[in-house]
Amino acid sequence: MASDGVVIVGASHAGFQVAASLRQAGFDGRVVLIGDEPVLPYQRPPLSKDYLDGKIGVDLLLMRPEAFYRDHRIDYLPGVRATGIDRAGKSVQLAGGKRLGYGHLVLATGARNRVPPLPGIELDGVCYLRTLAETEALRQRLAAAEHVVVIGAGFIGLEFAAVARAHGKHVCILELTDRVMGRVVAVPTSLFFAEAHARAGVAFRFGAQAVRIAGNNGRVEHVELAGGDKLRADLVLISIGVVPNGELAAAAGLAVANGIVVDEMLSTADPAISAIGDCAAFPCRHADGNPTRLEAVQNAADHARCVADRLVGKPHPYTALPWFWSEQGPLRLQIAGLTTGQDQSVLRGDPASGAFSVFCYRGGELLGIESVNRPADHAQARRLLAAGRQVTPDQAADDSFDLRAAAAARVG
Amino acid sequence: MPRVTYIDTAGKETTLDIDVGTSVMQAAVFNGVDGIVAECGGSCMCATCHVYVRDDQLAKLPPVGEDEEAMLEGTASERRPNSRLSCQLVVSAEMEGLVVYLPETQT
Ligand SMILES: Cc1cc2nc3c(=O)[nH]c(=O)nc-3n(C[C@H](O)[C@H](O)[C@H](O)COP(=O)(O)OP(=O)(O)OC[C@H]3O[C@@H](n4cnc5c(N)ncnc54)[C@H](O)[C@@H]3O)c2cc1C
Ligand code: FES
Repeated sequence: MASDGVVIVGASHAGFQVAASLRQAGFDGRVVLIGDEPVLPYQRPPLSKDYLDGKIGVDLLLMRPEAFYRDHRIDYLPGVRATGIDRAGKSVQLAGGKRLGYGHLVLATGARNRVPPLPGIELDGVCYLRTLAETEALRQRLAAAEHVVVIGAGFIGLEFAAVARAHGKHVCILELTDRVMGRVVAVPTSLFFAEAHARAGVAFRFGAQAVRIAGNNGRVEHVELAGGDKLRADLVLISIGVVPNGELAAAAGLAVANGIVVDEMLSTADPAISAIGDCAAFPCRHADGNPTRLEAVQNAADHARCVADRLVGKPHPYTALPWFWSEQGPLRLQIAGLTTGQDQSVLRGDPASGAFSVFCYRGGELLGIESVNRPADHAQARRLLAAGRQVTPDQAADDSFDLRAAAAARVG
Repeated sequence: MPRVTYIDTAGKETTLDIDVGTSVMQAAVFNGVDGIVAECGGSCMCATCHVYVRDDQLAKLPPVGEDEEAMLEGTASERRPNSRLSCQLVVSAEMEGLVVYLPETQT
């Protein structure tokens, strides 16, 4: 059953990029890309931005047109689910009965929406925002909705809220903790974004726990909070994060712990199986080598390139600097590096001006930089952090300090 | 529809008729011109849609914006005076006959 070809499970940012990079690097074997969504691989970021807003159509969401797959001899199997892995026989079981042999298997299964165990979660009007199909449904709902409740103030909840507000909807965001994007950004950034959204007319309920979604005739009518408050809603967006799709790997006996566990080459314990993108927990250079699972386009694409390099005989450990962006209405947030565990944050520029950066430190060491409408800071931040250069908190706070020169300086 | 020509490092030319309002990046990706990665999908966040514009045509392009200027600092291939990010080049009637050269690498 085994073959010398590469089989990729999951056809989104990570899976698509492995296939494309393999061909770009001159890989000549068979490349099969399996995806359970019924469409050509598409980009997710615009789903919560321009696509939701109606500014672009599906054609501009696609990674590449159909001819690309033909021209590059990528066998794309849309709407097909992989249901099992036979590691000894080196084959993947597909729904419907077929088996597909592999020389190397890349798991790029990504993540799925976390669904809270709330009564009423099945009601019509409860929406999600991860796939194209979900976004289509959401877009239609949004057009007809008046009162929108968003559960979870992460990136996607906030991006959606910005679009919904711009369309004149009443928007209320429920957040269990006391700030927005609290899992990922520093306090000053959270405060700035909460204030900006509030100014645009978004209502926030912090420390608020939804306990029930109630409806009438199967349609959502309100969301009930732990304290008994009821919030009117004809659309509820569930945006409380994702769960990595590790089941396929786990069933095949591979380690899964908040993602499919891989080494610094992005290989699982089985040298014939790699895992990349949102589904992979990898030892991250920029997090002291700790197991890290990221949800970002950069991560998916750079992981993919690293594995493609290995498969064409140019192996190297994965070292790329993580970066991320979010667009919320007129605000652009860009993050370079990983800032979890920070104990000090320093402002560069004045949030009141609408453009600033936050330099995040731990024990005096620069971990990462969050920039709001300061693209130049972000560009320099990437270069600084990728080269492992430091900027002291005093330098960071001094707007006349030349970041560009610091990023370009030779070390030693 | 304005015509834009892409020339890769091997000298291969592709000429596309592009709708006004579509970016030089979008047209390339949509028509399968290799050599433009466009990882961020045109959000001016990645610099993997880098092109060199034929020198005598620079003046007819819109000026480099703040986001583009910042991202141009991080191109994988050398930045030159005629470097632009093609996702920021939204095609207009004035761009008829534009010629862009693809860089060695985008990543
Ligand atoms: C609305 C939205 C906005 C975003 N905005 C940004 C942004 O602005 N910037 C940024 O950096 N990142 C953003 N992200 C995150 C980014 O899109 C993800 O990090 C990226 O999609 C991860 O790619 P992936 O290929 O690893 O996984 P996924 O995108 O999750 O794709 C995995 C694919 O595999 C399929 N699959 C899973 N199991 C199987 C199986 N057994 N058989 C077949 N197919 C299977 C899934 O259905 C899915 O299609 C956003 C995400 C969303 C949802
Ligand atoms: S496509 Fe990312 S900067 Fe142009």
